[in-house]
Amino acid sequence: MARTDMLLPGLADPVLDAQQIFRAVLDAMARPGTIVDLPSPPASPEPLDPATTAIVLALNDQETVVWLDDAADSEAVRQHLRFHCGSPLTADPAQAHFAIVGDIRAMPPLASFNLGGDEYPDRSTTLILQVPDLTGGTTWTLGGPGIRDRATLAVAGLPDGFRDQVIENHLGFPRGVDLIFTCGARATALPRSTRVEG
Amino acid sequence: MYVAVKGGETAIDNAHRLMAEARRGDPAVPELTVEQIANQLGLAVDRVMTEGSVYDRELAALAIKQAQGDLIEAVFLLRAYRTTLPRFGGSEPIDTGDMAIRRRISAAFKDLPGGQVLGPTYDYTHRLLDFALAAGGDPPPAALAERPVDAHMPRVADVLSQEGLIERDRPGEDEGPPCDLTRQPLEFPAGRDLRLQALARGDEGFLLSLAYSSQRGYGNTHPFAGEIRMGEVAIEFLPEELGFPIEIGTITVTECQMINQFKGTKDIPPQFTRGYGLAFGHAERKAMAMALVDRSLRAGELGEDVANPVQDEEFVLAHADNVEASGFVQHLKLPHYVDFQSELELIRRLRAAAIRREAAE
Amino acid sequence: MTTASGYNFAYLDEQTKRMIRRAILKAVAIPGYQVPFGSREMPLPYGWGTGGIQVTAAVIGPDDRLKVIDQGADDTTNAVSIRRFFARTAGVATTERTTAATVIQTRHRIPETPLTEGQILVYQVPIPEPLRWLEPRETETRRMHALADYGAMHVKLYEDIARYGRIATTYDYPVLVNDRYLMRPSPIPKFDNPKMDMSPALQLFGAGREKRIYAVPPYTKVRSLDFKDHPFAVQSWDRPCELCGATDSFLDEVVTDDRGGRMFVCSDTDHCGTRRDAAQEAAE
Repeated sequence: MARTDMLLPGLADPVLDAQQIFRAVLDAMARPGTIVDLPSPPASPEPLDPATTAIVLALNDQETVVWLDDAADSEAVRQHLRFHCGSPLTADPAQAHFAIVGDIRAMPPLASFNLGGDEYPDRSTTLILQVPDLTGGTTWTLGGPGIRDRATLAVAGLPDGFRDQVIENHLGFPRGVDLIFTCGARATALPRSTRVEG
Repeated sequence: MYVAVKGGETAIDNAHRLMAEARRGDPAVPELTVEQIANQLGLAVDRVMTEGSVYDRELAALAIKQAQGDLIEAVFLLRAYRTTLPRFGGSEPIDTGDMAIRRRISAAFKDLPGGQVLGPTYDYTHRLLDFALAAGGDPPPAALAERPVDAHMPRVADVLSQEGLIERDRPGEDEGPPCDLTRQPLEFPAGRDLRLQALARGDEGFLLSLAYSSQRGYGNTHPFAGEIRMGEVAIEFLPEELGFPIEIGTITVTECQMINQFKGTKDIPPQFTRGYGLAFGHAERKAMAMALVDRSLRAGELGEDVANPVQDEEFVLAHADNVEASGFVQHLKLPHYVDFQSELELIRRLRAAAIRREAAE
Repeated sequence: MTTASGYNFAYLDEQTKRMIRRAILKAVAIPGYQVPFGSREMPLPYGWGTGGIQVTAAVIGPDDRLKVIDQGADDTTNAVSIRRFFARTAGVATTERTTAATVIQTRHRIPETPLTEGQILVYQVPIPEPLRWLEPRETETRRMHALADYGAMHVKLYEDIARYGRIATTYDYPVLVNDRYLMRPSPIPKFDNPKMDMSPALQLFGAGREKRIYAVPPYTKVRSLDFKDHPFAVQSWDRPCELCGATDSFLDEVVTDDRGGRMFVCSDTDHCGTRRDAAQEAAE
């Protein structure tokens, strides 16, 4: 018997909340390094933060294949995804449209996700990376589309070598993955077009 | 004095009212009902259902009424309505071998199991305007056959395939569920599922002309009308929770299987190949044209030269849709005066330069 | 939330909006690249802004204020029709003021008033592929984009110069986005091209019939193709707008009689009206 009694509600207003969450993510993606507040964050299944859940609910459905890392892979999360999105799950990161990462320190390399092809670079994985904090880590200097001069980002809790992977990901442009970092009810993004300059 | 064009909103409303008035025509003449259109303009309804991708006679009839009989406009109306419908899933493949036959002919065989069933057709009528029809009145009742048509009529292609003379139908089992052209963008090269969907939705006139071109030397496929059949088939749907398919209704379809010569390659012995056409309702011209174009588009797959428009997948599939074509051709009515201004300025400059050059020479 | 019309907020169903939103996010992440999307059949004809409408419908919310222009004007029939569509299906506030709008849907122009951060400009695109006139095949142009093989476009522009002494493209003038993708800016006059470069606003492009979405994020390099000896230049007029006196805006030529009478007025009606109002206030 499914524990339907335990099932948490989805977005309070599936139409307007989804629109506002999307706009926040769009703003983050269009202005890399900018930290956005996600409006009306929904109830979240353990161990997801409200921002992670909000983005997942706003963008996923039967048409998107989702990959969960071990840390994010709880029965509550699976049930939430199944019930509210109907998204098929995959164990293969290269098959994922969206990847939800609960522990960035234990995740597989970015290159193991779908990077898209030269002719269809859009067929790539978008990663939602839940981190301990969006600020307070080592400061990166960013440049590229969406950034007037320079922007900075100091996500905390990133593993050694992650910066190199992000640089590598950018060098493969237009192929590559796009990253959305989440914490609490806030998010920030690093699309593949962003250069990490320092 | 220049007056900026204002009041667009009122103008649009007035145009709509004028249109409604023109549609109604002389109010002294009784208004057409949707039932009358669905019943008495049945072939128009069939075409709108086919190209509109919705099997619903009432809706198609309403679209025809609303569009004043402009069938492409009616297709557009039906399609725009279709987009808003919820999607429950896909039906099981229909089995045209199990069709309740109303008409079935083969040009490839004199006689065959089940026989030739002429059914309702204009084929052998003399095209003389029937002035008696203008006066109205009920037609004399059609004669009843001495015996009912055979319950089972094997498809001609299946008869041929028993002898291995014709390529087998693609099994399709390992191909996964068919793509849906109305939800995914067309991609090239297109699979046969997308190609047949695009052709089924494609404009009858466009397909007819392409098919005709293939008969006149622009990519001959040496076709024989293996079989054309029209009648009712059952639609079955498999609800996940039930685990077995249930019949949810019947629809009328016209199917055409063209049999085409194929000289073979070093891997494949000579055999007949197929071109396939299917349309909602009674639509033989469409089904036959579609079958010819389908076969022509297989040229590349069969190792034949791809040298003619009808064999060119991108050309055919990108331009077959009359709602797309109609919109884009007619969008030229929209104001383009900013671009035109840019061109005016350029032409004036180029002309001035040319005249200066001439004067200098 | 539904509106009185019985359709979903902003007409499209939620699954369709999600699909379009995912495409938009990809488009923003790969500036200038055309993302294929499952364009729906809209209740407006193809070629009349179905792509722009779908993008706007996926983006817009009740907090937004929408402006719709066609040829720079808010009151042309198609702009009126599209603005009404959203007022009816989404109940959003509309405006004719460029500065008051959060979302601007446009056909063929970029407003003269500089756009600001937080604004979204949605372009209606008839043919998204910049290489289409040179190569009609999608399979070929896709390969050319993959290889950034844009030599054919340079050759075409150079042939113009050889023949006419100048580049004979005046609108829909090709641009290179973020030094990578060749992009059609939609049929805006080349006069507007410089406004795309490093714009603080987010620019989204929707092509419904061709089923493509692409984007230029804010502060992104957008360079109009040119040559060292033939640098890109925009149109200019040797007279000001006859209504507001502007000397730096794109002018429409209006035929006033059949004896060669012409007058030149701003194509951007909001820009022109705002300037006239300001002039009148100053006079009073």
